Amino acid sequence: MADRMADRTLTPVHPLADRWARLAAVEDGTAGALRLELEAPVAAVDLRVDPRGTGPDAVAAAVGGPLPSAPDTWTAHPTGIAVRLGPDEWLLTSTTADPEEWEFHVDETAAAHGGMAVDVSAQRTSVRVLGAAARDLLAFGCALDLRPAAFPRGRCAQTLLGQAAVLLVAHAVDDLQIVVRSSFAGYVADWLVDAAADSRS
Amino acid sequence: MQLIACPWCGPREETEFSYGGQAHVAYPEHPASLTDEQWAHFVFFRDNPKGPFAERWVHAAGCRRWFTAVRDTRTHQFIGPSELTS
Repeated sequence: MADRMADRTLTPVHPLADRWARLAAVEDGTAGALRLELEAPVAAVDLRVDPRGTGPDAVAAAVGGPLPSAPDTWTAHPTGIAVRLGPDEWLLTSTTADPEEWEFHVDETAAAHGGMAVDVSAQRTSVRVLGAAARDLLAFGCALDLRPAAFPRGRCAQTLLGQAAVLLVAHAVDDLQIVVRSSFAGYVADWLVDAAADSRS
Repeated sequence: MQLIACPWCGPREETEFSYGGQAHVAYPEHPASLTDEQWAHFVFFRDNPKGPFAERWVHAAGCRRWFTAVRDTRTHQFIGPSELTS
């Protein structure tokens, strides 16, 4: 008891940890055509900076990779991805950095160029949809053209999946990432499992 | 379902958008000097044309940006390009 009280370390828990078994069962149910995986929590910052100024290039140099310039695209940098959310807004993730350090690292550079970065690591969570049926599954609840030619690797989109606002990130033909607000994650996970059951029948 | 052209994201379904009313309604220069009637006109009175109407829209489920678009109120068709505004 004393030991437990002394240990005050907080370990991040995936918001969908309690649905892990239901998501994992989809692979067996679809004979491997579909696999739903939970992604480990990552450090994420929301970057706001004037796209016409020197800020984007400076941040790109600081994170070690280019920021996406076209609407609805993403780029990879050594430890994560950079997603263009709007004309003056990017989401930068890092799988290795500590969230506070990541915010400080990006904000330090952005602030020098009139921008700012805010830690949003706890804001969103991520589910990976893998397999040959991945795009067909999402098409059940998403109005976008998700065919590989229209939504290739490097594209992303903020849109609706079912009733939930999500960020879709295309990694490969059979590999899509759903980034969703933590409070909507349960709904999206249940929707995915339900849609996967429908797609079989 | 109707597609609305977001100036940033491109054409998206109308369910992703929210309506913001008439565009180009200027905030009074000296609000304190207005009579109640003038203030009520600023707050509540809007044009209701039959035909092209400049409106505010926000791409709520996408890039979350506000823009101004012209829509024909008879046909619901959007006319010309919409523009991003702060």
